[in-house]
Amino acid sequence: MKRILVSIKRVVDYNVRIRVKPDGTGVVTDGVKMSINPFDEIALEEALRIKEKGLAEEVVVATIGPADCQQQLRTALAMGADRALHVQTDAPIEPPVAAKLLRKLVDKEQPMLAILGKQAIDDDASQTGQMLAALWGRPQATFASKVELAGDKATVTREVDAGLETLEVELPAVITTDLRLNEPRYVKLPDIMKAKKKPLETLDAASLGVSLQPALQLVKFEAPATRSRGVMVKDARELVDALKKKGLL
Amino acid sequence: MSKILIVAEHDGAKLNPATAKCVTCARAIPGADITVAVFAADGAAVAAQAATLAGVAKVLRVDHAANAQALAATLAPQVVQVAAGYSHVFGPSTTFGKDLMPRVAALLDAPQLSDVMAAEGATRFRRPMYAGNAIVTVEVPAGTRVVATVRTASFEAAAAGATAAPVEGVAVTAELPTHTRFVSVSAARSDRPDLQTASRVVSGGRALGSADNFKLLYGLADRLGAAVGASRAAVDAGYAPNDLQVGQTGKIIAPELYLAFGISGAIQHLTGIKDARTIVAVNKDAEAPIFEIADIGLVGDLFQIVPEIERLIGAND
Ligand SMILES: Cc1cc2nc3c(=O)[nH]c(=O)nc-3n(C[C@H](O)[C@H](O)[C@H](O)COP(=O)(O)OP(=O)(O)OC[C@H]3O[C@@H](n4cnc5c(N)ncnc54)[C@H](O)[C@@H]3O)c2cc1C
Repeated sequence: MKRILVSIKRVVDYNVRIRVKPDGTGVVTDGVKMSINPFDEIALEEALRIKEKGLAEEVVVATIGPADCQQQLRTALAMGADRALHVQTDAPIEPPVAAKLLRKLVDKEQPMLAILGKQAIDDDASQTGQMLAALWGRPQATFASKVELAGDKATVTREVDAGLETLEVELPAVITTDLRLNEPRYVKLPDIMKAKKKPLETLDAASLGVSLQPALQLVKFEAPATRSRGVMVKDARELVDALKKKGLL
Repeated sequence: MSKILIVAEHDGAKLNPATAKCVTCARAIPGADITVAVFAADGAAVAAQAATLAGVAKVLRVDHAANAQALAATLAPQVVQVAAGYSHVFGPSTTFGKDLMPRVAALLDAPQLSDVMAAEGATRFRRPMYAGNAIVTVEVPAGTRVVATVRTASFEAAAAGATAAPVEGVAVTAELPTHTRFVSVSAARSDRPDLQTASRVVSGGRALGSADNFKLLYGLADRLGAAVGASRAAVDAGYAPNDLQVGQTGKIIAPELYLAFGISGAIQHLTGIKDARTIVAVNKDAEAPIFEIADIGLVGDLFQIVPEIERLIGAND
């Protein structure tokens, strides 16, 4: 079956103002709104569009994390994913571990494409997709803003520092999404009801033969140095004068 | 002693300044022995440039026809080949490094630190998370090989040293995949300074309203010798090309002077300009969050103010 595997991560919603805990052990997450990582929503949307064009038959969405993540999987199912895989663990998961776990899911599902967000907006690491591609020994097309499938190839336009780069990759491959790839659909109420009946399989992360042990120790979290409010000027002339006084013009 | 391998970024002819910033980051590690590796079709010119950077002890020149374009899948096995014996493998936190380094880390079975903003020793680093709203100190267990991308806005470029380091040729023995092919790159050629290294940046947001109106900013930028930047909203709307986007998902920059016109100051945008020396904001909404961090703020209509600034600068030249 022509299948697309999409992985999603539950993260603090992008509208939440992040606060570092006073004891420096992390950021405040109690009572904070959690959502699907925005880049992963774009990944899922892309997979659904590929399926709707008849170029794939099934979209499987996966996540790794604690029981609460099932909320995000249900949202993904409501968006249109066919089934969900929950790799359950309460342990903090670093990108290399996530990639190894996803590699196991690739073995299980044999997808023609794995689509991931280019980064998660919590750790901002931007690693998992590339690591999965390496472990799988398959091509990667990161930071995608356009994806076209034809036969056993994908042509992917990537947002790079210089502009736009186009790559051709053989399938199966890993694609990571940038923001301009698409605009994810809104979930409608009847879809939420339907999603409750879609299959959601839970796998114990510890049973997949991957060490979950983190390699890095997060010693302390600090709030960034803040910039303070400067002066207000009343017109362009004052602005130019202020810049001259600072030696900037 | 820390043996540090830095993967050079270049366009085939010129070394990207991001590489010299990686060198500065590496030099903060006590006893750093720094090697720069240049992967190219013909790396002679780039290797020679890397060899002059102060602090670089050796340059490895890895020439192969497949390196004419920087493809992560092709480069990663070669980086792994030359990384034997190194304790640290660094690359810049540009799209080049962000694409390549995790692939290298996975092949080495090493952890990666992304966007390193300070090296406090061989095993202790600081990096941002949550769009820069948390700065985290990370400890790598001693003896663990570590891969990192270096946040270029946090470091000055290493200067040219008095003597050139030796350049050593290395033959590729790693097996290279053929499943990934470069098709094209469309880079907007411009005579303006590069956004990532410019000392002055003129930036515009959704308020510009059209690609045509956005040209107003190009005029001012040219007068100031500045690069042009944009918010995500301006890029999404097609007013400016994607390579101008500044912010969490665009470029992180640290110019001397950042002028923001019609940009509200969303947290994801501010992440990209936190290290700017002076931030100037012009916005018609006095409540816009950008004023909370601007050094100089002006409430008003950019369509009047931009031409006025241009005229005032011109009059005094
Ligand atoms: C995961 C994620 C990543 C993101 N990454 C980025 C990123 O990298 N970079 C980025 O920029 N954004 C990013 N964003 C988007 C960000 O949240 C904001 O939506 C975006 O920055 C808004 O752009 P803006 O300020 O141009 O537009 P708006 O927020 O719409 O602001 C327009 C401003 O123009 C002012 N204005 C209007 N007319 C005039 C006038 N005539 N004269 C003067 N002022 C005027 C208005 O008062 C307003 O403040 C990201 C969002 C998400 C969810």
